[in-house]
Amino acid sequence: MTAAPKFLFDRRGWAFYLGTAAVLCVAVPLLNFLPGPSSVLRIPDYLIPLFGKYACYALLALSLDLIWGYAGILSLGQGAFFALGGYAMGMYLMRQIGTRGVYANPILPDFMVFLNWKELPWYWWGFDHFSFAVLMVLLVPGILAFVFGWFAFRSRITGVYFSIITQALTYALLLAFFRNNMGFGGNNGLTDFKDVLGFDIQAPATRRALYIASLVALGAGYLVCRAIVASKLGRVLLALRDAEARVRFLGYSTAHAKLFVFTVSAILAGIAGALYVPQVGIINPSEFSPANSIEVAIWVAVGGRGTLVGALVGAIAVNLLKTWLTGSFAETWLFVLGALFILVTLVFPRGLVGSLQQLSFRRRPLAAGAARESMQ
Amino acid sequence: MSEAAATQSTKPPLLYLDGVTVSFDGFKALNGLSFVVERGEVRSVIGPNGAGKTTMMDVVTGKTRPDSGQVFFDGGVDLTRLDETAIANLGIGRKFQKPTVFENLTVFENLELAQKCPRGALSTLFARLTGEQRDAIVETLRVIGLSGREATLAGALSHGQKQWLEIGMLLVQDQRLLLLDEPVAGMTDHETELTAELILKLAGERTLVVVEHDMEFVRSLGARVTVLHEGAVLADGTVEHVQSQPAVIDVYLGR
Repeated sequence: MTAAPKFLFDRRGWAFYLGTAAVLCVAVPLLNFLPGPSSVLRIPDYLIPLFGKYACYALLALSLDLIWGYAGILSLGQGAFFALGGYAMGMYLMRQIGTRGVYANPILPDFMVFLNWKELPWYWWGFDHFSFAVLMVLLVPGILAFVFGWFAFRSRITGVYFSIITQALTYALLLAFFRNNMGFGGNNGLTDFKDVLGFDIQAPATRRALYIASLVALGAGYLVCRAIVASKLGRVLLALRDAEARVRFLGYSTAHAKLFVFTVSAILAGIAGALYVPQVGIINPSEFSPANSIEVAIWVAVGGRGTLVGALVGAIAVNLLKTWLTGSFAETWLFVLGALFILVTLVFPRGLVGSLQQLSFRRRPLAAGAARESMQ
Repeated sequence: MSEAAATQSTKPPLLYLDGVTVSFDGFKALNGLSFVVERGEVRSVIGPNGAGKTTMMDVVTGKTRPDSGQVFFDGGVDLTRLDETAIANLGIGRKFQKPTVFENLTVFENLELAQKCPRGALSTLFARLTGEQRDAIVETLRVIGLSGREATLAGALSHGQKQWLEIGMLLVQDQRLLLLDEPVAGMTDHETELTAELILKLAGERTLVVVEHDMEFVRSLGARVTVLHEGAVLADGTVEHVQSQPAVIDVYLGR
């Protein structure tokens, strides 16, 4: 694994970052509507929400890499924070339906009318306001992670034990959200959304806006993670990943450092979920399924732990593969996913980006040595 | 001058272990261990394997909680009620028997993390290295003979260099009490000499407790020696004094 970077970006890094951002945020949306419908350059409408979905997955993977790659915290419940952010957004979108629902109830979502509920439960209050929903997207995953992490890290639960209890966390939420009387639509979840902030959720322009919002969130999330790992706190995290007890003897509270990144990570996952829901049009309890969270760990492992970029590469590469395989050879997907995980663990433990970095690291000392010799 | 000396003498000892007992599965690693370390003192702790030297350090630094007994630091604080982090922040630093540096960080970064400054999660997130702090690290690099190696990953250092780096980490940490567990293990004779010099230079402004097997090294420190045996103090005094004790010769030196 690589050492902590010293600065946010160098010049080339910024150029690459801004260049990629320009292509993805400007060129792709323009290509979606400027060229004529029959032009080869035109990006078809169905690809925009798909790209937006990938951006959300990439942000989710990034949130895991921040804690797994840099602090050694393998959360296998990252999907829970993603789904909670998604539900918070879904609740706002449900309230936006208003009288356009099947039962045309101005206050109650359809599933509540169907269950014969007479009034809105208290925890749905405020979700008709977008700003309140956004606040909840940040607070609900953040507070859950803070409280959960507080107990786990204070009790010094680490490694595989931590992974297992995070699996239990997401499984418990899965069961809870399945229940109809929880008031989150049970098995069916929240769906049939009509509009977001007054714009038709199906309209190509809204989809482009959601896609750009997802990329902006991803880009900002990347900078936040990068700033954390480049700070002194990032070096404390790397140190505690490798020798936690030693860090304590230096006087750092490893529990606090871990709690901080775990909470940041959960908030990032929540944002990813909130942007995901309007683009796929549904949120249901299956998002809490333990297998989803494990899949996120596979994306990060494939891309390369502890590199941040690797998380993005892994999430997008694996999901491209998934989109293609589930479309063409649906029954093979789970086998391919399993094989991928085994292959990466055995052959490329550093993942795609990590292996590339290792190659360039090997070359660099040679070059530096040669330069030094020629100087003497 | 005399007044200062008077206040000095009325101050409680820096470290006071009182009847500390630690047992692992019935085996008493420490058996009612009591001793006192005065301010500014260099104290050598010797004893055969299993005498409880490392366990004693574990108790002082909060790694192990004793079954009974108390450890007072600086008069008031009972260390047995605190965790490792809190104890380190009171001013107690430790060098481990097996050098434990952060292998995936550079030499410079190892020193940066050890350097005395606010330890909170948010203060480390926004921490910026001041010129003064950088100078202090550069100076420490010189003292520990690692100038020019600051960008090397600590994992790539030799065993002796790791020992020095860990000593350097203790120096920049600027602690009042330093616990050194076999600081010269695996060092060459020359390195051992340099380490002894360094320790003697630190004495006075800091208090040191040195656990060591190397009798030559202990003699070169010329410090008061405490001999542990079966978790309790067997003898105490100058090197010559303890070496002349029949009990000590019997359990340790005579072998």
